[in-house]
Parts: sequence; C-alpha cells; structure tokens
Amino acid sequence: MSFYSPVRTNAAEVAKSDRLHLFKYVEDPQQANIDTFVAHGGYVAWRKALTSMKPDEVREEVKNAGLRGRGGAGFPTGIKWGFIPQASTKPRYLVCNADESEPGTCKDRVIMERDPHAMLEGMAVASFAIGCHLMFVYIRGEFGHCIDVVNRAVEEGYAQGYFGKNIFDTGYDLDVIVHSGGGAYICGEETALLNSLEGHKGMSRIRPPFPAVEGLYACPTIVNNVESLASVPHIINRGSDWYKSLGTEKSCGSKIFSLSGHVKQPGNYEVELGYNLKDFIYSPEYGGGILGDKKLKGVIPGGSSTPFLKPEDIDVGLDYESLTTVGSMLGSGAVIVFHEDTCIVWTIMKLIHFYRHESCGKCTPCREGTGWLERMITAIEHGRGRPGDVEKIESVCENIMGRTICPLGDAAVMPIQSAIKNWRDEWQYHIDHGKCQVKTNTEFV
Amino acid sequence: MMLSEQSIARMKEVVTKYPSRKSAVLPALTIAYRQIGHLDDDIYNEISEAIEIPAVEVAEAATFYTMFPKQPRGKYLIQVCHNISCALLGADGLITYLEQKLGIVKGETTPDNLFTLISVECLGSCATAPMMQINNDYYENLTRESVDRILKELTEQAQAEDEA
Ligand SMILES: Cc1cc2nc3c(=O)[nH]c(=O)nc-3n(C[C@H](O)[C@H](O)[C@H](O)COP(=O)(O)O)c2cc1C
Ligand code: SF4
Ligand code: FES
Repeated sequence: MSFYSPVRTNAAEVAKSDRLHLFKYVEDPQQANIDTFVAHGGYVAWRKALTSMKPDEVREEVKNAGLRGRGGAGFPTGIKWGFIPQASTKPRYLVCNADESEPGTCKDRVIMERDPHAMLEGMAVASFAIGCHLMFVYIRGEFGHCIDVVNRAVEEGYAQGYFGKNIFDTGYDLDVIVHSGGGAYICGEETALLNSLEGHKGMSRIRPPFPAVEGLYACPTIVNNVESLASVPHIINRGSDWYKSLGTEKSCGSKIFSLSGHVKQPGNYEVELGYNLKDFIYSPEYGGGILGDKKLKGVIPGGSSTPFLKPEDIDVGLDYESLTTVGSMLGSGAVIVFHEDTCIVWTIMKLIHFYRHESCGKCTPCREGTGWLERMITAIEHGRGRPGDVEKIESVCENIMGRTICPLGDAAVMPIQSAIKNWRDEWQYHIDHGKCQVKTNTEFV
Repeated sequence: MMLSEQSIARMKEVVTKYPSRKSAVLPALTIAYRQIGHLDDDIYNEISEAIEIPAVEVAEAATFYTMFPKQPRGKYLIQVCHNISCALLGADGLITYLEQKLGIVKGETTPDNLFTLISVECLGSCATAPMMQINNDYYENLTRESVDRILKELTEQAQAEDEA
C-alpha cells in the first residue's frame, strides 16, 4: 500500500532511536487505524492522565518538559495552559491549529494523514489539563484527504470510548468537532482562526483580551499547533525529565523540519532541537546536499516569514536561541534552500505576492504597505526599477514593522529586509541594468 | 433549488454540533461547494434557509475565503501552487506546460468545459514540489510525464462518465 502523499520521512531512523518519537510509525500504512495505534502504545497517555493525574499535574509536567509551541511563535505550552482563568465558570475550549499554510511548511499534514490519533490523543490530554469538554480541530479546507482521515479517526475514537461520555469510567466527557477552513493563510493566526471558527470573516482580533481569557465564543480558549499537541502524550508517558533531556537546554525536545527547495532529498524529518542546520542540508540521511551539486546561495530556516541566512551562517543549531543569534528564527521549522541560480528579487517577488494576497486588510500599514511593496518589487524584477527604489522599500518595511494588529505584517517584511541586507548588490544590479544578475531557472521537466 | 436534499440534510445536521449556529457557515459553504462547484447569491439564500443564518452573513463569509468562487469552473479545477518551494522547482514552467497542453491561459476554462487552470498559494506540499490540486486531490512530485498521464486519465474518465 502506498501513502496518499509520497513525501520522504526519516521514520526508519526514528524507530531505532530512543530519543526521537514523533515519526516512529509514520511509514506504517496501518498506523492511522485505531487498533494499530493502540497496539503501538496509543491512548496510554490519555488513560494515564485521565485516571491517575490531576489537571494541574498534567500542566506542570508539560511545563517542566519545556515544550514550546511548534506553530511558529515558540511559546511554552504548559505556561500557556496556565493562563486559563481558574475562577471562570464559562466553558473552556481547546482548538488544534491544523491550518498549515506558511510557505515551506508541510509537517502537520504528515501527522494528520499518517498518525491522526497521535494528534487526537494530545488534544484529549490538553483538554483535560485545561478543563475542556469540547475540542476542535481546524483543518485548512484544501487538505481534503486529511479531513477525511481525521474524521474517520474521530469516529473510531468515539466507537472505542476514547471520546464521548464518561471516558474510562471517570465521568469525564469530551467531544470533538473537525472543522474545515476556507482557504486563507491568515486563519492560521489564532485570533483570525477563532473568528473563522465562529463563522465570521477570518480577520485577526486586537489583543488583549488573549484567547486564554476570551477566545472562542468569548470563552477561555487554548489554541495549539498539531505538532505541539502530538508531542504531549510522549511527555506524559515518559516524563518531563526525559523530554527535557532531548534537544538543548532551552529548546527542549525534538521537532519535525520540512525541508524544501534546492536540495536532493526534500522531506519531513524529525531531529532533536539544536541539530546542525548545515548537516541537515548536506547529510545523506536528510537533505543529501544541494540539487545539481550547485553552490548554496541562502537558506530560510523557519518558513517564509523568517529572515534569510547566508551560507556562512548556516553552521548553526536548529533551535530557538541559536537561530536568533544569526538573525533569524525557528518559526514553523520549514527549511527552504536556495542555490546559486536563484535571483533574490524574483524570490522576494513570489513572497510579497503571497503576503499581499493574504493580508486580511484590517490594518492600514499591512493592507496598503504589502500592496506598495508588491508593486515596487514586481517593477524591479521586470526591469522597471528606478534609483532610490530599494531605499523606498526599506522605508515602507520600517513603517509596517511592529505597527500591525497581528504578526502577518512583520512576517511579510522580515524576509525582505534580510534579502536587501544580504544581497543589496543584486537589487542594485536589477535597477541599474533592468534585468537579473542571476536568472532563476523555472524550467519544468 | 440548487442544493440537493442530501446537502441540506447534512447542513442541518452540522448545525446541531456547534455551540453556536453561526459556526456552521463554513461547513455549509463547503458542502454546497462540493456539490455544485461554485456558489452564487441564490445558493447563499438556500444555505441561509437551511442553517437559519441571514443570507448577508453567509455571503460575507463566503466572499472572504478563496475556496468558494462565484464563477462556475470546468469539471476539473486545476490549482497549481506558485509559491516559493514549488517555484524553485519549476512551478512557473509547470503552469506554462499546462497552458500549452490545454490550449488556454491561466484563469481560463477549456472550451469543452473540462479543465479550468488557476494558480494558488502554498498548499502544504512543499517537500513534494512541484504540485497541483485537482478538485479534492493532490498530485505531487510532478514531472512532464506524470502531468501527461494525469490529464489523459481525467479526460478518459470524463468520457467514460459521458457515455455511461
Ligand atoms: C499569519 C500567521 C499565520 C499562522 N499560521 C499558523 C498555522 O498555519 N499553524 C499554526 O499552528 N500556527 C500558525 N500561526 C501561529 C498561531 O497564531 C499560534 O501562535 C499557534 O497556533 C499556537 O500554537 P503553538 O503554541 O502550539 O505553536 C500563525 C500565525 C500568524 C501570525
Ligand atoms: S497585520 Fe495584516 S493580516 Fe494582520 S490584522 Fe493587520 S491587515 Fe490583517
Ligand atoms: S510552496 Fe508549493 S505547496 Fe508549499
């Protein structure tokens, strides 16, 4: 049997490791079935949490494990759960963010398609930790296959008593709703996601109030990424000390990195946080080197919203702190590789088109600014750049940075700023000569 | 009536799942879109009746999202990802190749109403680039050869359905 998506993973290596765990069964075609999942130790953590732990013990365990959000912002998961006002008598909600739309990112999809119960089990444990009895998965609408697989997994879970009423005879009830989105990147931003889930346009909300205090239907709500949640059962099963021993001191655990672009072996690979980025790109187990053995030009380490690194900066750990020291971010963990035959202006034109298209339009700097940027950058790429344009772009970027309601504005700007800083000559060449210094090969073979 | 009884029944069932009726707007739009292939004001009205949410609110949500187009499309909607990871591996060339094969330009539908070609943002399939989505399905790691095969299969499938 073959998988729906042919994407490459390192499941074989993970299966041999005592430390890696998320991808252990993703090459087993039966793993999406509940019986196989349970035979592989599934739902043990759910039973353990619900029958032998108190909600605050679960929160403490996850907090002590040092798990940080895998959706992009890297906020400590256990601490976030603690923000739910304990005195509130309103219903509480857990929402799993499965909107996965940050360019370069394709990891949550593998979990959902091949190991959907892993996500559901993590959601159940998280729900118990925050006192939630109705949890949601918000899956981007384009992921039709994922939606079907997750729906089926939910049905199996109900049938075998992992969800529903009086779970494990504890009196605890938990329901699940699988909700599909409508195709909008901004709905991955948690407050826009909540608006979308309520049936409104997917526009971001002004914070405060934060969702933990006033989220879905104005009730306390926790939004967590698929991978963050799928990590939780492992912490409950093996303990926070074990989890903390993985990765680096401040970036604990392991993480799935989506590797794409000009590498020989693109794929989704689970490694411990802190794994060397250069090795990740070149090692035969992962990237296997640059396509066509060309020279490396640059790398985006954490999804399209994170700043570029130059080749001299990639001897660095894939963790939250190390990437900051070289001026970028871990983001969603999507490593995009560019070889020497890539025009930087062309690259940025693709990215700014995306952010302009996806801006929800609520705040002026982002709505107008991304439009100006797209027009100027497209003009430069098409040989119509004028002297002073690069400086104008920089000034528009400065006027967006930090002045918007949600982080999409910053996300649009950061790759541009770093592309100008790192390759200013190339921008200048474009303006002076009306053409690319290096022409990107866009041939399809 | 455009909506089938089945679609209406599913919408009415979905509504009951949520703590708030309005949350059923997106699921209802999805059900309608999957059945009909596009949405318009009349369909908004029908959805509005089925889930008992004002039609303006249905329309407001529908027009915000890219997945619910107002124009009818061909039997097969081809959506090529033109975002960065795919672009690095030939997405622009893939679009040109499809344009040539289908004899249309991006945004158009073939005269036999079989294929509509558009390009879209990242579809979460970046490590299997270049890729395209046709209706509900993903086609990944594309080459000229696989594109030829896929188009041929879909054309044959449509012919077989016509004859049946
Ligand atoms: C524009 C934008 C898009 C986002 N897209 C996603 C997404 O697709 N998936 C996701 O998990 N988080 C996404 N996030 C981050 C969420 O807002 C939120 O921080 C995250 O879901 C929290 O989960 P975590 O703490 O487990 O990472 C996005 C943020 C922004 C600003
Ligand atoms: S920054 Fe952009 S996407 Fe975010 S709220 Fe403002 S306009 Fe919307
Ligand atoms: S960039 Fe094409 S699927 Fe992500």
